[in-house]
Amino acid sequence: MNVARYWRTEKTRYGLVGETCRICGEPIFPPRDLCPHCTEAGQDVRTFGGKGEVYSFSTVNDAPAGYSEYTPYTVALIKLQEGPLLTAQLTDVDEPDVHIGMPVEMVTRKLKEEGENGMIVYGYKFRPVIQA
Amino acid sequence: MKPSREVGIVGYGAYVPRYRLPASEVSRVWTGGHGGVPVDEKSVPGLDEDTATIAIEAARNALLRSEVDPGDLRSVWVGSESHPYAVKPTGTIVAEAIGATPAVSVADWQFACKAGTEALQAAFALVGSSMADYAMAIGADTAQGRPGDALEYTAAAGGAAFVVGAREQSLAYLEASYSYVTDTPDFFRRPYRHYPEHGGRFTGEPAYFKHITAAVQALLEELGYKPTDFAAAVFHQPNVKFPQRVAQILGFNKDQLKAGLLAGQVGNTYAAAAMLGLTAALDVAKPGDRILMASFGSGAGSDAFSFVVTDVACERQARAPSTQAYIARRAPVDYALYTRYRRKLQMQ
Amino acid sequence: MRDVSIIGIGQTDVGERWERSLRDLAVDAVVAAMKDSHAERVDALYVGNMLSGELTAQEHLGTLIADWSGLGGAEAYKVEAADASGAAAVRLAYLGVASGIHDFVIACGVEKTTDADAETTNAAWSYGTDAEYEGNQGITMPSMAGLLMRRYMHEFSVAHEDLAPFAVIAHANGANNPHAMFRSPISAAVYAKAGMVADPVGMFDAAPLCDGAAAVLLCPTEVANRFASRPVRIRASAAASDRLAIHSRNDPLFLRAAHLSAERAYMQAGVAPHELDLFELHDAFSILAALSLEACGFAGRGKAAELAKQGVFDLQGKTPICTMGGLKARGHPIAASGVYQIVEVVQQLRGEAGANQIEAHLGMAQSLGGTGATAITHILEA
Repeated sequence: MNVARYWRTEKTRYGLVGETCRICGEPIFPPRDLCPHCTEAGQDVRTFGGKGEVYSFSTVNDAPAGYSEYTPYTVALIKLQEGPLLTAQLTDVDEPDVHIGMPVEMVTRKLKEEGENGMIVYGYKFRPVIQA
Repeated sequence: MKPSREVGIVGYGAYVPRYRLPASEVSRVWTGGHGGVPVDEKSVPGLDEDTATIAIEAARNALLRSEVDPGDLRSVWVGSESHPYAVKPTGTIVAEAIGATPAVSVADWQFACKAGTEALQAAFALVGSSMADYAMAIGADTAQGRPGDALEYTAAAGGAAFVVGAREQSLAYLEASYSYVTDTPDFFRRPYRHYPEHGGRFTGEPAYFKHITAAVQALLEELGYKPTDFAAAVFHQPNVKFPQRVAQILGFNKDQLKAGLLAGQVGNTYAAAAMLGLTAALDVAKPGDRILMASFGSGAGSDAFSFVVTDVACERQARAPSTQAYIARRAPVDYALYTRYRRKLQMQ
Repeated sequence: MRDVSIIGIGQTDVGERWERSLRDLAVDAVVAAMKDSHAERVDALYVGNMLSGELTAQEHLGTLIADWSGLGGAEAYKVEAADASGAAAVRLAYLGVASGIHDFVIACGVEKTTDADAETTNAAWSYGTDAEYEGNQGITMPSMAGLLMRRYMHEFSVAHEDLAPFAVIAHANGANNPHAMFRSPISAAVYAKAGMVADPVGMFDAAPLCDGAAAVLLCPTEVANRFASRPVRIRASAAASDRLAIHSRNDPLFLRAAHLSAERAYMQAGVAPHELDLFELHDAFSILAALSLEACGFAGRGKAAELAKQGVFDLQGKTPICTMGGLKARGHPIAASGVYQIVEVVQQLRGEAGANQIEAHLGMAQSLGGTGATAITHILEA
């Protein structure tokens, strides 16, 4: 059973938990031991707000093993409001409606299942913003 | 039943998946389009949704409205009959995702369609006993009905979450709650079975109607209220007719039902059904409104609650998407896509 | 540092090589490279390969290939840098000879992708991305290229059909390469009509994964004439890396590693881009061809497609690219591609490029790993 590697990054995946560099102040996502901006060690945990916009997107028709049951799905680069860019699937949207600059928000969804007997891997995806 | 410390709902949140299966699609496939249908359409979860993801979004909305720090929650309790794991709590996933771990009590609750309201009742008790300042209770489900069965028209998906706290901080405070339970096997699912069994018309009189009326009547008696004292009444809603009829039996009118009767548009969201009705009613409630909620869980029992809306309700309503906003976000699917989304296709 | 030359080249036919195994292909290429020179010994063998463990359950590949190629005793191991694995093997071979530690070194690139089903191969190829923050989201290499291509089209107002020349050039040139997987020219109209692999990446924007192996034999330039009639000098060998994940790069449309490794190579060789007679670039996706040209100084930002349309990169143009079909038409046997590029530049410099022969004295090959996080550049001279 392959659980430790999913468990280790759970907080980051479930809720966009990243970091702020204590040295240079830059927001960091995904979190790293050494700041990608100033290469110094020393970060504070920071939960990102989950709002952003589509920076680019593409459709997966031929999925890698483990993701085939979800095809076709859209993957995107998301520019978070706080600055970092990240890679995530879009969900609850039809691809013709997606455009660069589209406001999106983070949701926690199933990324994949490790087979019928294995664990369910949850993580962030993004969808069009639902107005309150 | 009433806790010694006065308590209430500090935040609430709803979630309904985007997809809808019109009941006409089920009847097209199984009855040639003949016969009546119990709802207009039902919600269908997407391929990447399950009870945990639904609960997480409802919980986040409840936190947004409450403005409570998730680290201050002392319970994350999830009621459902469709937990993603047979063994392994849904609640830990939800609690981790919303940032409520680790100083928190987490449990999955089970009592068919009233699994969520019993968690809510216990959350009131937890705060009411002063063991906690804040507690969260969630009802969420991705229900399945056997293809062609009457339940297939209605078995739907949705979730509702509540942050419970002291009355002074509440947007609706609890007046009292009452539970009425007997051993009545009107509906059940044995281990390892995919679809539930139900007693057909036996699910009506001796089950749904008897338990809800008994619970509500006892609650009204305890509080000394008449149906006319309530601005809104929300009942478990396996279809549209049952809540309408139970309201009529108890003496509530259609206007009182209106805000919280969602089954026609979303189907039966099981553990979420009554709670989702309550979120919809709270979305449009005004200070001073008294709201009744009565759930029903097969097996069987009913939990009834009486709430009074406070002055802070209006400002909190707008902090998260309304239940109707989720209902309005709809993408219809046909029966073929539905069978794929609900994994009814034999792939191996 | 000693000057280094290539004295032998070998390549197998590229395609779905059902009858040849991973080791068969590698041995074919190594033996061909040996036969192409008069060298009698090999001190070291570096095998560039990405997926032998994942797709054929074979690791310890360097030693296996040394053993089966009759190079028993030689220093041997596998080198991995995703799609740039083969080019990395060439660079290690170069370093080995240049440093004076070895005299005769073979670099072989090999990939066998058809021993696994498409889902497995798709997944394995994507292991070259950040597994926890890209791979976990179900991305594939074509969809990663799609992210770059969509943004490129958006930022530089480039239409999908504007990128057609890259596929058209590759297929035109591949038609005359007997080793190429695809040997039919295509028109811009055919390109435009093709189905989508990962929107906006169409079928002709994506090089085919396939099987193949290529090898080169290196020795010190001072003795190269004794072992080959037309040795080819390695004027520069340079590598660079970028942030692995696209989302971590400051400017995703600028291939920093490609730029850095090209600049280092230009500096080492003392040449400028306009002095190069050909450029074998990494057109695993047409967007990568455009971005490579822009990163290496052959086109301004957002201008590569326009120049391609003007014929600048045709065989008859100023800087021909993909002269033997590129990854697109010759085929992209992942790790092998980087060595095929070197072999093809050598063919051009020796005057062995057949119908696609151009007047060439100085040629460059650049191989990218993944979406450009690794870039390895070589400049060769006749």
